Amino acid sequence: MKRAQVFEWMAPIVVGCIVLVVWQALVDFFEVPSYLVPGPWLVAKTLVADRAVLLHSLGFTLAVAILALAASIVIGVVVAFVFVQSRALEMSLFPYVVLLQVTPIVAIAPLIIIWVNDPLPALVICATIVALFPMISNTTLGLKSVDTGLLDLFRLNGATRWQTLTRLRVPTALPYFFAGLKISTGLALIGAVVAEFVAGTGGTASGLAYQILQAGLQLNIPRLFAALVLITVTGVVLFLIASLLGWLALRRWHDSAVARS
Amino acid sequence: MTERIAAVSEALVALREASVTYPTGVAALDRTTLSVAPGEFISLIGPSGCGKSTLLRLAAGLLEPTTGSTVRADDTRLAFVFQSPTLMPWANVRRNVRLPLELGGVANADAKVTEALRTVGLAEFDRAYPRELSGGMQMRVSIARALVTEPRLLLMDEPFGALDEITRERLDDELLALWAQRHLTVLFVTHNIYEAVYLSTRVLVMSPRPGRITAELAIDEPYPRTDALRVTERFVKRCQHLSDLMAGNERGR
Ligand SMILES: Nc1ncnc2c1ncn2[C@@H]1O[C@H](COP(=O)(O)OP(=O)(O)O)[C@@H](O)[C@H]1O
Ligand SMILES: [Mg+2]
Repeated sequence: MKRAQVFEWMAPIVVGCIVLVVWQALVDFFEVPSYLVPGPWLVAKTLVADRAVLLHSLGFTLAVAILALAASIVIGVVVAFVFVQSRALEMSLFPYVVLLQVTPIVAIAPLIIIWVNDPLPALVICATIVALFPMISNTTLGLKSVDTGLLDLFRLNGATRWQTLTRLRVPTALPYFFAGLKISTGLALIGAVVAEFVAGTGGTASGLAYQILQAGLQLNIPRLFAALVLITVTGVVLFLIASLLGWLALRRWHDSAVARS
Repeated sequence: MTERIAAVSEALVALREASVTYPTGVAALDRTTLSVAPGEFISLIGPSGCGKSTLLRLAAGLLEPTTGSTVRADDTRLAFVFQSPTLMPWANVRRNVRLPLELGGVANADAKVTEALRTVGLAEFDRAYPRELSGGMQMRVSIARALVTEPRLLLMDEPFGALDEITRERLDDELLALWAQRHLTVLFVTHNIYEAVYLSTRVLVMSPRPGRITAELAIDEPYPRTDALRVTERFVKRCQHLSDLMAGNERGR
């Protein structure tokens, strides 16, 4: 590895370590009670001690987020395909896609939870609504951003609509799709957590949001922090996976992914 | 008149009084008549924005004339070479060149691709991606992709306009060799007078927009043409003549 690369990796890690050490030192020095701000060491210990219940909750939240992400990808891509095939459909439906995007999920989540009795599908629907928009708008833009010269070339060689879609529009859309995916993974997780908050402690569900609510009520602040840490780490890992997938798909040809030499 | 119609009917492609007005209201081409006979190498020169690309797109059938008509012989297989290489960045050289064959469902594509790549001297670059090639090499790929379908008519829209002088002259020579070997017919757009005279059997001069063909000059120099031609007095005179014709168009607007 080159020096610059090492720096690129090490710098954020060093910053993180410094923050943790300072945090711990401040908590120790001022003897802050753990029900206000627990030190990182206590949070870590709580993570290990409560791992059974926390990991179970993580599994649930992760399941909601991943199902919502999968639904967003499928729905987003299908809707984008439909939009580029028919300008009329796009013009009549796109405003409603925007409507979906601007409606706060906390406002409609209670309705969805009432309508859909089963908590898992209800939460997945909420998280999907949050995560869907970037997939639709990015993929649509990508499918349309076709080089007009290549479009002419396809026409001259008698390409069918299907050939133009699969061999020209889809590859063109890939960088846009992956840019959308990076945004949507984070949104799916946020959607999963927010929806569960709205569902409240009444449901049988037991995701990380439920743990946070419970821990808050019981003033078990170290566990609250531990749950928070898990959500954050999960979000980062999901983002890294999405970035990796994008890089794998684009590394040979797209400027965003090709190594600068 | 009858003679003219006869000439048109044996042409590979012909425009009759064709005008193009774009939906934006821009009149790009004005009642242009042109017929391209087999074996010709025709260059179109004219100032930028005068409708050269429009004329070529008409000839290719990518555009319908607003008034007038376009005629193409039924068996005219044509290929288009664009101003920029217009390659698929996600596909390597081989897959780019193979594209027209795949779209047309042609059998035995691989052998044809190999042959086309060898023709343009890129045989060993078939796994490279467009971004890994120089501008001149990308243009060669673009030409290989045009040749792979074995066209009779090659429509080229300022193909070498973005290249440096030396690369351009080399590609000009290679193009002439291909034209002779394969009995191609070429309709070539350029804004370079020297290039037009060097390559062509006939040069057509277009007026500023809305473009029409205002003059025609036959270049009766024998082929193969070499660099020695560029310094002959006749060559220089012809270029001067064309330059005057274009300047006349500018003044007359
Ligand atoms: N698709 C289009 N829509 C509207 N106007 C166009 C379009 N294509 C070209 N034009 C206009 O038509 C004129 C001729 O264009 P073009 O044929 O590209 O000229 P040239 O190739 O000689 O530079 C220009 O003024 C250009 O702006
Ligand atoms: Mg042009």
